[in-house]
Amino acid sequence: MTAVTMVEAIRDALAEEMARDPTVVVLGEDVGRKGGVFKATEGLLERFGPLRVLDTPVAEVGIAGVAIGAAMMGLRPVAEFQFADYLHPAYDQIVNQAATMRWRSVGTWGVPAVFRAPFGAVAGGGIYHSQSPEAAYCHVPGLKVVAPAIPSDAKGLLKSAVRDDDPVVFFEHKRNYRTVREDVGDDLVPIGVARIDRPGRDLTLVTYGGGVHLAREAAATLAGEGLDVEIVDLRTLAPFDREAVARSVQRTGRLLVLHEANTTMGFGAEVAAFAAEQLFTDLDAPIRRLGAADSHPSYNAVEQAATLPGADALTRALRSLAAF
Amino acid sequence: MLPADLLLRSYRLASLTRAVDERLWVLSRQGRAGFVLTARGHEVAQVLSALALRVGSDSAWLYYRDLGVGLTLGVTPYEIFLGALAKAGDPHSGGRQLTAHFSSRELRIGSVSSAVAAHVPHAVGAAYAARVLGEDSVAVCWFGDGASSEGATHEAMNIAAVHRLPVVFICENNGYAISVPESMQMAAPVSKRAAGYGMPGTTLDGTDADAVYDAAVAVVERARTGHGPSLLELCVPRLVPHSSQDDDRYRSDADRAAAAARDPLTRLRARLVDEGVADTVALDAEDEMLREQVRAQADRALAAPDPEPARARRWMYAGDDR
Repeated sequence: MTAVTMVEAIRDALAEEMARDPTVVVLGEDVGRKGGVFKATEGLLERFGPLRVLDTPVAEVGIAGVAIGAAMMGLRPVAEFQFADYLHPAYDQIVNQAATMRWRSVGTWGVPAVFRAPFGAVAGGGIYHSQSPEAAYCHVPGLKVVAPAIPSDAKGLLKSAVRDDDPVVFFEHKRNYRTVREDVGDDLVPIGVARIDRPGRDLTLVTYGGGVHLAREAAATLAGEGLDVEIVDLRTLAPFDREAVARSVQRTGRLLVLHEANTTMGFGAEVAAFAAEQLFTDLDAPIRRLGAADSHPSYNAVEQAATLPGADALTRALRSLAAF
Repeated sequence: MLPADLLLRSYRLASLTRAVDERLWVLSRQGRAGFVLTARGHEVAQVLSALALRVGSDSAWLYYRDLGVGLTLGVTPYEIFLGALAKAGDPHSGGRQLTAHFSSRELRIGSVSSAVAAHVPHAVGAAYAARVLGEDSVAVCWFGDGASSEGATHEAMNIAAVHRLPVVFICENNGYAISVPESMQMAAPVSKRAAGYGMPGTTLDGTDADAVYDAAVAVVERARTGHGPSLLELCVPRLVPHSSQDDDRYRSDADRAAAAARDPLTRLRARLVDEGVADTVALDAEDEMLREQVRAQADRALAAPDPEPARARRWMYAGDDR
């Protein structure tokens, strides 16, 4: 095994699934000749040809809709959206069509398609290259929503998503693409199962995507202060692994949910509601949520830093939670 | 000129469509069926275009007005009434969707969506799948003039044309998007847009059985032989309001009368009689029998069971169907 980045792991997952199953296709803008704006589909055109690696016009409704129709007729399409910010035009297709197809046709038609979208903020992306819209998709029955944080999960979950008979929205944090390297095998990672990223005794920190790396930073800092943080990487947001959250909170009695999306109506609200309803007697402190301010991601670095949750804010929040 | 047997078959299907449509309105007015979406005036355009398909091989992407397309492809009146009455046994949506929202794997009919134009890119996806899988099937997509304004329609047509996919777009233009007349929907005919995508586009009288059938066969064949997509615009009269929940007060009496004068069923029937394919007495008797049969199917559907409440979340995900 060689150590690969997350974007390389995603590319490997696509190549392996396309080699294994001739019905797997990739479509989207720039996925062919350019190999994707983040190079997640690099080399696929040369290997699998222009029919199975379909460069499309800039047409998100069309990309999503074509993927849905093709999925109904026997393909397993992986549609790439260049940024999660541009999933919005396709929201109607994903929510009104893909998510409802099986239910509304009493099981006649399914949509085994994957909608891949890079999400989250990196330096200078601005409002249209930085958004984290995952919670909106988690609100929709009929969809599965995945957000891996590390290369092995990205690969294993993407392979599972391709093989899944239902539509999967697959969020990839852009900052994770090239910042972490890891030895990655061929294992599938099941959808709906969380991973303990770091075991700990004192606090439960539930997060996903880019949040996992921020959590690691904070946990390392707090370890020096004698505070042992358990990081639960959800990996899948819909359905999310309630049991894993429960097991951890039952041991630590303290819960903080972290995500980069703004806090109001964010995914943390669902985790917090679950804990409040089901784990009330296990909690020794109020549930905390940490997310971005209810603002928009700015191109300006000062404004961006002022709105996104950072390591300092996270360590402060964890300290105060521990001290409660 | 269509041969006599095809003319007669078309008339029977168009007449059946009318009979089912009329019964649906009765059920709606009785408070038994909900929302009824009507095909009235579209019958000949629907039946004759649907006859161009290889049923079960070509995929069909309908909109909610396509009662005649469904019946031509093999949907039965009983199934339609089960759906309209929201019965558990409706094979298309189990009574979950509104009237005439067909879906059939066997007939290769994609699930109809109330959201206009949402299915147009699905048809293109089906054509793409056929290409990848090496099938010689064609995807045929019907939609109304209202749907022609949606962005999804543009994106779908453009992608189809760029990749020369085996898909046929059929716009049933009845002149109204509910109340908004064609003049306020578009400044040029729908078919003119085809040139902008680089595919052929034709406007036809959708009450002319020969013209519709010949054109549909030609464009389906064109798609099947690898020459790419086409757009047909079939102009049809809207004989009744948009739906059972609409009224026609926004139309003038003259406009309604002009539409009634273009009733495609009257025209097709006159042709059968003129050409000696059938006589009036025989057609009257046949139509009467058809109406009786349709009514019997509706009555049968009325007695069918409703779904159990526990079923409401079934078929949400794969594996939920057991």
